[in-house]
Amino acid sequence: MNKSKQQGMSIIVQTVARWTKGYIFLFGVYLTFYGHLTPGGGFSGGVVIAVTFVLLTLAFGKERALSKLGKVLASVLDCSGALLFLLIAALGILFGGAFFANFIEKRFPSANFRLFSAGNLPLCNISIAIKVGASLFMIFIILAVRRVVEINGKRKLISTEFFETPEKGKSR
Amino acid sequence: MIYTLCFLLFTIGLYGVTCKKNIVKIILGLLIMEYSINLFLILLGWRKNGIAPIIDQSMSHEVFVFQAVDPLPQALVLTSIVIGLGVLSLMVAISIRLYQRYGTFDITEMNKLKR
Amino acid sequence: MVEFLIGVFIFFMIIAAIIALETSDLLSAIISVGAIGVAASICFLLVGAPDIAITQMVVEVLSLVILIRATIRHDLTAINGDREFFGLTITIALLFAFFLFGFKAFASLAEFGVPAMSRFFDAPSNTYINSGFKETGASNIVTSIILDYRGFDTLGEVTVLFTAIWGALAIMRVYSRKKRKNRDKHE
Repeated sequence: MNKSKQQGMSIIVQTVARWTKGYIFLFGVYLTFYGHLTPGGGFSGGVVIAVTFVLLTLAFGKERALSKLGKVLASVLDCSGALLFLLIAALGILFGGAFFANFIEKRFPSANFRLFSAGNLPLCNISIAIKVGASLFMIFIILAVRRVVEINGKRKLISTEFFETPEKGKSR
Repeated sequence: MIYTLCFLLFTIGLYGVTCKKNIVKIILGLLIMEYSINLFLILLGWRKNGIAPIIDQSMSHEVFVFQAVDPLPQALVLTSIVIGLGVLSLMVAISIRLYQRYGTFDITEMNKLKR
Repeated sequence: MVEFLIGVFIFFMIIAAIIALETSDLLSAIISVGAIGVAASICFLLVGAPDIAITQMVVEVLSLVILIRATIRHDLTAINGDREFFGLTITIALLFAFFLFGFKAFASLAEFGVPAMSRFFDAPSNTYINSGFKETGASNIVTSIILDYRGFDTLGEVTVLFTAIWGALAIMRVYSRKKRKNRDKHE
């Protein structure tokens, strides 16, 4: 029994996921970058980016998603997003005189309704999106992969494959 | 009237938290309470014939000032929704650990099996 | 018109909440909670909050996937019945009193459609709407609030999210092989 071919869902789901995953990711990036001009922002953009990897996990199995965004890389991105947000806020003390001062906009005023019209707000949005996306994907992988299995009368928490064939009595 | 309906939704969620035995049902009750509070805070800031607090290029600033809805509750709720997802994952993790220890999701059974 | 639509949607949410709490099938309970989230998202769209609507919809999808994949596949046995009768009666009586108190309290609020910023002219929202675009350059006032005027709030939120995620990861950690062997020997 070839186990690697059995991972993931049916071929319809896989085809649709293959077509739409890039556009969903692009939509998340758009929400993040234009968060100060249109509806959106770092939080919703980050969640959409996380949903892209969740779709990959559900359609193709765990390995496909983890090869794109590994656990170590996800945790590094998580911490670095939070630290980047703090760093941008702390740069405000240095250049603008106060914590969270919008120093870029005050020093270099630019035309309105452009991508770079709001100083450091897009940078904050990008750091928040990195942090939210990486951390939510990480928690989804951990929660969905680990499973309680009974071994020799004792319940153990182990990590399993995603779509193993369900045991009899547990299937619906 | 609409605020009272929101509060009724909150009370139903509180009923689920206090009176249900299944841990999953308790988590669902907490989710319902969270939705009702978010909805109530957003509805507090609505202005009659209001528009979203996003300035368009073709809109004059005076019209925007007199028509925009209150942006402050929206900013607070936007962070609260994402925190809710983090707290939900924490609750699910704790419930899986409880299942691993006791073998059931029933909290009255857990009381009996306490060791 | 908007008031009527929001009333209909909240009524729908109440019915879905009752179904979600009272049905014995856990899968349909979780899907009913998803219906509540979608109705809330449409309400946000109606009252002029597109940011919240997008975020609510996406968070709804992710939380449903987490709930179904993480809890349902463990235990599908329906747990019927409530807690013991005496405590249940007292709880429902207390909830009813709580609802009556809230009914009185909510009747004293201003009517729907009149926000606080149009009654008090020194409210902070007036400042944000008047000068938010000039001071920060962002045309989305909500973004200018959460990242500029109230940046400390967002910093605290990032901290809370970070703590919750890493707390969940620490709870779900599987012991290493060496430690598990030691523990088994010990027991």
